[in-house]
Amino acid sequence: MSENKAKTPILEMFNISKTFPGVKALQNVQLTVYPGEIHSLMGENGAGKSTLMKVLSGAYQADAGGEIRIDGQAVTINNPIDAKEYGIAVIYQELSLSPNLTVAENIYMGRELKKGLMIDRRSMELGCVDVLEKLGASFGPTTRVADLSIAERQLVEISRAIHANARILVMDEPTTALSSRETDMMFALIKKLKSEGLAIIYISHRMNEIYELSDRVSVMRDGTYVGQLSREELSSERLVKMMVGRDISGFYTKDHDAKGSRGKVIFEARRLRDDKAVKECDFALHQGEVLCIAGLVGSGRTELARLIFGADQKTGGKMLIDGKEINIRDPRQALDAGIVYLTEDRKAQGVFLDMSVHDNLNLIVCSRDARKGGILDRTKAENRSRSAIKNLAIRVASPRSEVGKLSGGNQQKVLLSRLLETEPKVLILDEPTRGVDVGAKSEIYKIIDDLVQSGIGIIVISSELPEVVGIADRVLVMRDGIIGGEVGGPTGMEITQENIMHFATGANVEAEEKRI
Amino acid sequence: MQSSNSTNETTASTNTLQGLSDHKQRVQNFIRIVGMLPVLIILCIGFELLTDRFMSWQNISIVAQQASINIVLAAGMTFVILTGGIDLSVGSILAASAMVAMICSKIPNFGMIGILGGLAAGLVLGLFNGSLIAGLRLPPFIVTLGGLTAMRGIARLAGNDTTVFNPELPFAFIGNESLFGVPWLVIIAFSVVIISWFILKRTVLGIHIYAVGGNEDAARLSGIKVWKVLLFVYSLSGLLSGLGGVMSAARLYAANGIQLGVAYELDAIAAVILGGTSFVGGIGTIWGTLIGALIIAVLSNGLILLGVSDVWQFIIKGGVIIGAVALDRYRLSTSGKG
Repeated sequence: MSENKAKTPILEMFNISKTFPGVKALQNVQLTVYPGEIHSLMGENGAGKSTLMKVLSGAYQADAGGEIRIDGQAVTINNPIDAKEYGIAVIYQELSLSPNLTVAENIYMGRELKKGLMIDRRSMELGCVDVLEKLGASFGPTTRVADLSIAERQLVEISRAIHANARILVMDEPTTALSSRETDMMFALIKKLKSEGLAIIYISHRMNEIYELSDRVSVMRDGTYVGQLSREELSSERLVKMMVGRDISGFYTKDHDAKGSRGKVIFEARRLRDDKAVKECDFALHQGEVLCIAGLVGSGRTELARLIFGADQKTGGKMLIDGKEINIRDPRQALDAGIVYLTEDRKAQGVFLDMSVHDNLNLIVCSRDARKGGILDRTKAENRSRSAIKNLAIRVASPRSEVGKLSGGNQQKVLLSRLLETEPKVLILDEPTRGVDVGAKSEIYKIIDDLVQSGIGIIVISSELPEVVGIADRVLVMRDGIIGGEVGGPTGMEITQENIMHFATGANVEAEEKRI
Repeated sequence: MQSSNSTNETTASTNTLQGLSDHKQRVQNFIRIVGMLPVLIILCIGFELLTDRFMSWQNISIVAQQASINIVLAAGMTFVILTGGIDLSVGSILAASAMVAMICSKIPNFGMIGILGGLAAGLVLGLFNGSLIAGLRLPPFIVTLGGLTAMRGIARLAGNDTTVFNPELPFAFIGNESLFGVPWLVIIAFSVVIISWFILKRTVLGIHIYAVGGNEDAARLSGIKVWKVLLFVYSLSGLLSGLGGVMSAARLYAANGIQLGVAYELDAIAAVILGGTSFVGGIGTIWGTLIGALIIAVLSNGLILLGVSDVWQFIIKGGVIIGAVALDRYRLSTSGKG
């Protein structure tokens, strides 16, 4: 924004470098942020955004030669306490609250009010009423954090920052775990904070969020500063080009012809339910089809997938593979039946971070490959991991490397390979591109496209509507545990974000009710 | 936990990691496996310089025999800790099994059945731990803490709270004789290590053990029957404690429910941790455990040769364990970023 140029920047970082033994994580990076500005920071995973923010928040110390200025004054930030003094607050992806303490106790953490030797709960509770009210919290200061939703917990984190007089707020992918309604509320809050003169550094992979919020966008790549775009200059092509350093033509791949590759029904769910998150779902999946399941977070999509995979127990309904009924009570049976599931929570439920790429890849198939007595067939395993690394272009130093050392995109490919080695008939992918950088996203779409052409059926659960529109042959939209609508395929309804949202939000139901 | 902290940094370092050759990765893994070996070697050299008789063939044989029972217990403990659990009951199971072995050894003409009796007793008690932990999902610390006390009681009950002697013990050779100059105790301990290595590194079950310890949820979603793995490791730990019971009974011609195996679980755990096995599970090797157990035995033996008083032996042993692990952590944290 041009009027900002006249003001003194609230934060300037020049020539920031950070070297870890053997790695230059940051090289001469710069960043200038004005008060009352939402400044987005973009870049692929590993581009150095988090490292830069850790330098700013005092978690890391930059190499000599760089400079940080606050309000035009050069400052040194040696530790998180210094950062706090200068009004810098970071809202991390992993929330840093103590769930068993109250909202007030969390807001005052480290700055507790005391009366003599005793903690002064009463004053603390009164002291944070204002900030909670200002941010529009629907809960009080005495609520236990454990009883709050993720969105509400984030609100507590922000309250804590504001309460400590933060002037520069760093938000690292704050909407990852939020439903779209909660996201809208979060955006309203961010804009409000901006209007009060706070500077907000916003990190996100989601283009639509960047468009919605940003006054300016700085782009990083491989630990260097690439450049910045003002709001007027923003376009997704330019951003992607800056992030990956080249044009990505054909970001989504959909070479398979839906009508040509679609074969007979391979999987069918009839009145499937768990009486908690899933209330009777009926659908069929064809060979050579990408069936997306869209819907808001909490609509029961993941629960449905886990039910099919046997990770949770169904209470009713049946499932058929190739027209034959199958009984699945645990993941082992699902795997044996040819159904595989890629979890949405890669770190917690997917990869084994301390195990090698080799072991991660072979984990499921090793029991099939094994010789008598469960003795591993090491030649087969070696061949499998070598070919998997090649086929999915997993970038890894050696099959012996630990998976924890790989980037998000490569971890995802390892996880996907593990499943593909079982030669599944039905592949369920739950948020397959979450936490994955732009380049790897495009590769994953290509892999999905190749797989459908080979004739398997793929179910993709996704919260990113552009992704759904980009890759789906047919879309089921879930709402409150039921399949609330279908878009694309035989319905004749075009797959668009509007049509999907129409069903996801229940707008169709409201419209019908009005008609009645 | 450690891994999640480091991943943020390491994403930035993947670029350079790609330049890292397969060879270098192997070297890194090797250093990790070797772990505490330098400490063991330094201790041996130090004691030899100070005593002049530490490295004699006779003394080495004594150290190996002293280490053997702890190696067997620590092998079982390695499996348990690899799944992220703990078994505090091994010392008590050892005592109970030794009692059963001694009592069975008195059966006329079939005294050898004592070996089977001891092993079976250990297996049954281990299965009991395992079924509570795997079946009822009770925390291993609590279950085996209860086991530590209850199984000690069983050991005392078995001999009516007396010491059982058998001067004619048919399997006494296990504790006192050698095969081609190598004591049977050492042969057994080394066999246990080899078999453990084979299970952990060469079988599907081994991979599953690492997987359950590394990420239980992911293991479940990969079709692994987590309860089977848990049942196996606690049963194995029980069985090996039973073997330890047979070994110590054979050595002493006697077993006593009150004193035998007291605090053995602590030495076993110390050996596993010294060996670099992660307390949260998923990381570790049996070779590390072997080195850990040898460090403990070498320390005890060396300090005795030096004439250090009993009191100071305790203090020095404890200090070395903490110091060695601290050194290891420091070394890993500095090399981890490279």
